[in-house]
Amino acid sequence: MIHLKEIYKEFDNTPILKGITTEFKRGKTNLVIGQSGSGKTVLLKILLGLFTPNQGEIYFDGIPFSSMTEDEHRILRREIGMVFQGSALFDSMSVVQNVLFPMRMLTKLSESEMIDQAETVIERVNLIDAKNKLPNEISGGMQKRVAIARAVVMRPKYLFCDEPNSGLDPKTAIVIDNLIQELTKEFNITTVINSHDMNSVMEIGETILFLKDGNKEWDGSNKNIFKTDNEAVTDFVYSSNLFKKVRRLYLED
Amino acid sequence: MLKHVGAYFLMIRLVFIKPTKRSIMYGLVLKEIQDLILGSLGIVCFLSFFVGGVVSIQTALNIDSAFIPENLVGFATRQGIILEFAPTFMAIILAGKVGSYITSSIGTMRVTEQIDALEVMGINSVNFLVFPKLMAMTLLPIVIIFSMFLGIFGGWAATIYGGFSSSASFIEGIQMEFNSFHVIYAFVKTFLFAIILATIPSYHGYYMKGGALDVGRASTVSFVWCSVVIIVVNYFITQLFFS
Repeated sequence: MIHLKEIYKEFDNTPILKGITTEFKRGKTNLVIGQSGSGKTVLLKILLGLFTPNQGEIYFDGIPFSSMTEDEHRILRREIGMVFQGSALFDSMSVVQNVLFPMRMLTKLSESEMIDQAETVIERVNLIDAKNKLPNEISGGMQKRVAIARAVVMRPKYLFCDEPNSGLDPKTAIVIDNLIQELTKEFNITTVINSHDMNSVMEIGETILFLKDGNKEWDGSNKNIFKTDNEAVTDFVYSSNLFKKVRRLYLED
Repeated sequence: MLKHVGAYFLMIRLVFIKPTKRSIMYGLVLKEIQDLILGSLGIVCFLSFFVGGVVSIQTALNIDSAFIPENLVGFATRQGIILEFAPTFMAIILAGKVGSYITSSIGTMRVTEQIDALEVMGINSVNFLVFPKLMAMTLLPIVIIFSMFLGIFGGWAATIYGGFSSSASFIEGIQMEFNSFHVIYAFVKTFLFAIILATIPSYHGYYMKGGALDVGRASTVSFVWCSVVIIVVNYFITQLFFS
């Protein structure tokens, strides 16, 4: 579990996050949603340790991040898997080499153990036939699956995903969402997903944090997001014509 | 400007801390030797041969006097190639070839979040990306040996086939008053240029911001700065060695 307490972050005297307090639960897909510029990416980068908050504290399973030693930070980083928006696969490496990469860099496993572990995960994301292909030889959806495989191959405690289904068709996007949710349950991971895709919210939003202008505007789940009276949330949820129509039909019923 | 100089030296420090596993680094260094050193040999040999030829032709044509010995063509070609052409101008040519390759490859990794991916895994991305390039570039003196040899050979071929001097005179010229200190000077500055060629383009690639267009822009800026720094360092090292 990750607990955020009063996280405040500013850049050049411009506040980006204004005291966010929330919890991301283990074994659940925790979605952070909000419009562009609401502070989602900054929040994710703070969780990754790429940015340091100006105020506040992050607790990883009860341990405050700021009190960790350099070695503890290194250990924590090994427990984090990350799926980047653009997949961030290494161009010169094949699918299997990409998945092997974190193990080769960070573990002392034998080559055969690493290959076994990598192939198990590649099989889990249904890419065993493409394991020797380069990233530019496979589709965007397959690249995302490789990125997920690379993120979970070290059996992380925490999985962070930055808009994992952006640029994918709706059907592939749902496949990716479901894959992340299944792996979250299977490996009992604390998963945090940045998204502004309402399909993801409906599909896997077990807990949802809604950010607006750097503030925590609302939190809940996909079960109650459509029932909330919060104007900012309803504005966001029903911003597409499709959802407006669905809501109208729902109200007519 | 000062901010960039400071950031550059901080990056150099990061190159040597938290090193990548030796077994991984070994493979990375070999790959960089192939890309940066072996991949440059062809163009270096080609340019050196023809520029050596041009140097000897120009020397021969401009000293056409009965009072100047014929072997001066070989002597001037040797001095020009060893002292300046092979180390300095090859370094500037390589700033275009190797430097822009380094900036664009690291810059593309920045744009596509591959560097962020390394950092998130807890890997020192500066060491992982820059150290193998730096190690590979320390082999630049080998490239410059080829350049020196082929430059002088090109000069000999142009002199003989152009009928400017006899082979014996040219060979006598290239042996005349040979000072091994000049070769040491050439290799010392080649080594410094190798460090510049590996690190300045890496800095511009690593700290670039923006998208694909900015990768191209960063490569151009990196070439300009590499050339400027090489020329300035060349001036100071020449002062230091010869005055």
